[in-house]
Amino acid sequence: MSTESPPTSTAPESAAAEDRATARPADDLTQQVYDSPKELAIKYALGACALVSVFTTLGIAAVLVIESIPFFQEVALTEFFGSAEWTPQFSEKHFGIWALLSGTILVTVISAVVALPIGLASAIYISEYAADGVRRVLKPGLELLAGVPTVVYGYFALTFVTPLLQAVVPGLGVYNALSAGIVVGIMIVPMVASLSEDALQAVPDSLSGAAYALGATKFETVLRVNVPAAFSGIMASFILAVSRAIGETMIVTLAAGASPKMTLDPTQSIQTMTAFIVQVSKGDTPQGTIVYQSIFAVGLVLFLITLAMNIFATRITQRYQEKY
Amino acid sequence: MESSSNGTFHLRRTRRKRIGMILAGVLFLATILGIVVLVTLLVDVAMQSRAWLDMQFLNSLPSRFADQAGIKPALYGSLWLMGLTALISVPLGVASAVYLEEYARDGWFLQLIQINIANLAGVPSVVYGILGLALFVRFAALGQSLLAGALTLSLLILPIIIISTQEALRSLPTGLRESAYALGATRWQVIWSHVLPNAAPGIFTGVILALSRAIGETAPLILIGALTFVPFLPQSAMDQFTALPIQIFNWTARPQDEFRGLAAAAIVVLMILLFAMNLSAILLRDYFERQTAGE
Repeated sequence: MSTESPPTSTAPESAAAEDRATARPADDLTQQVYDSPKELAIKYALGACALVSVFTTLGIAAVLVIESIPFFQEVALTEFFGSAEWTPQFSEKHFGIWALLSGTILVTVISAVVALPIGLASAIYISEYAADGVRRVLKPGLELLAGVPTVVYGYFALTFVTPLLQAVVPGLGVYNALSAGIVVGIMIVPMVASLSEDALQAVPDSLSGAAYALGATKFETVLRVNVPAAFSGIMASFILAVSRAIGETMIVTLAAGASPKMTLDPTQSIQTMTAFIVQVSKGDTPQGTIVYQSIFAVGLVLFLITLAMNIFATRITQRYQEKY
Repeated sequence: MESSSNGTFHLRRTRRKRIGMILAGVLFLATILGIVVLVTLLVDVAMQSRAWLDMQFLNSLPSRFADQAGIKPALYGSLWLMGLTALISVPLGVASAVYLEEYARDGWFLQLIQINIANLAGVPSVVYGILGLALFVRFAALGQSLLAGALTLSLLILPIIIISTQEALRSLPTGLRESAYALGATRWQVIWSHVLPNAAPGIFTGVILALSRAIGETAPLILIGALTFVPFLPQSAMDQFTALPIQIFNWTARPQDEFRGLAAAAIVVLMILLFAMNLSAILLRDYFERQTAGE
């Protein structure tokens, strides 16, 4: 928290080197006005506010680590990371994170299959093709889609998408990974679209101009010049959207079920890490029990995965960004 | 590789153009798919809610009997939450952004805070719920109160407010600050009299969008234990509460059709609230822009 000197103080200071006598009032001015107790107090108060965000991160890390210690004292790391059985409600309890992790991965993969092509197509269309009038309708439309609360998407998945899918997929249960995954995908489309569009907008016109000059058609230019030029930004948008899908909670809680199991079959009922956390905290699980403590361990895994992906996305944009 | 014959060139060019047109059509269809889903969702919810949405629904307490159930405590709870969250997160977020943009010097510390804020924006909301449960409900012993909920939601939307405020501050011309310094204003006078008023439209828009995110959040509230049956209106920030998203979740999770209808009706109320907030953000921005343009 280093101070930046007020802009006006530079001139009086250089004057001070030449003539000390005339410099004194200016120094007083700096001290009494620009560095007055009031000004300094305001600066430090604002700085303290900025520190809240740092303490939030530290708080999250500390809570997750400290609260999972009792859990890991009872459950060996080898079982936690080595087993695919998650049966906290049974008398013979197993805590193998893979049962939950595979549920999360299944839903995330389905959502990515839905969201990445549609999101990228939307970004390309809005940034390269849409006339101003169309853009003025599409962009707020996508923003509204992004503003729909996840619990509303959960309702939509359970009461609209699942019955619709049941008409197509025979034997599909009420709770299944497919419906949840599709709706999570719809939820993250606006994120892919808006971040990828930003990346495409940043590509300078001179690149596409050069492609046109060589005789390329509009679509060839977009696909072979603009999209590759914006590649790092598009990749970052994919990673951030997938990370959002991993952390999504209400859609999977409502529509994907509560049966942790390791399966690749999207018609099955599964349970994600986030849905397990909600399931435990909405019940009457008493504090101090191993089941209660397990939500912190699952939360820690969830936090580390999403954090790693977010950092990775930032890295990609910084390292591979083309400078124009 | 290209054929030297002009005729072939034209032939292939037409074909290439046609392929391009078709694929552009595909892009367009993919783009409006999102809008189609949004409209389907809204129409579906509106249809399902028809039988349930009336004044009695807005004015009643929750009940085991679907035809007597209402959302009054949930609506009040959501409005309380939004008010408290705004009181906590707006001053904190705007102050942070002002410090980062107007005071902090470029360097590793600023970089660290900046990266940290970007990462916080990507932390799943359920993790904020875990933090709220451990920090506010248990450690600070606030219990399952409105205050604990508002503090949790404040931390959740703080990164959004900071980032949008920073963007608003950054978009101001430097000449604005320099002209004020030239007249002998102190740093804080420059910020208070010039920077903040001019950045206000951008800040307000960001704040309203952040609050509309907060009002739709469900998972953090479930985590801090707001899923209990609350048949009364909150009287103070220390009261237990329920909120619209919680009520929607509760009703949706029940297998009976009547409760699904109630959930749809509650969704309509929540969506109207959200649309109103988004609209006011847009109008506010327009109003301020016209005012500055008129000066």
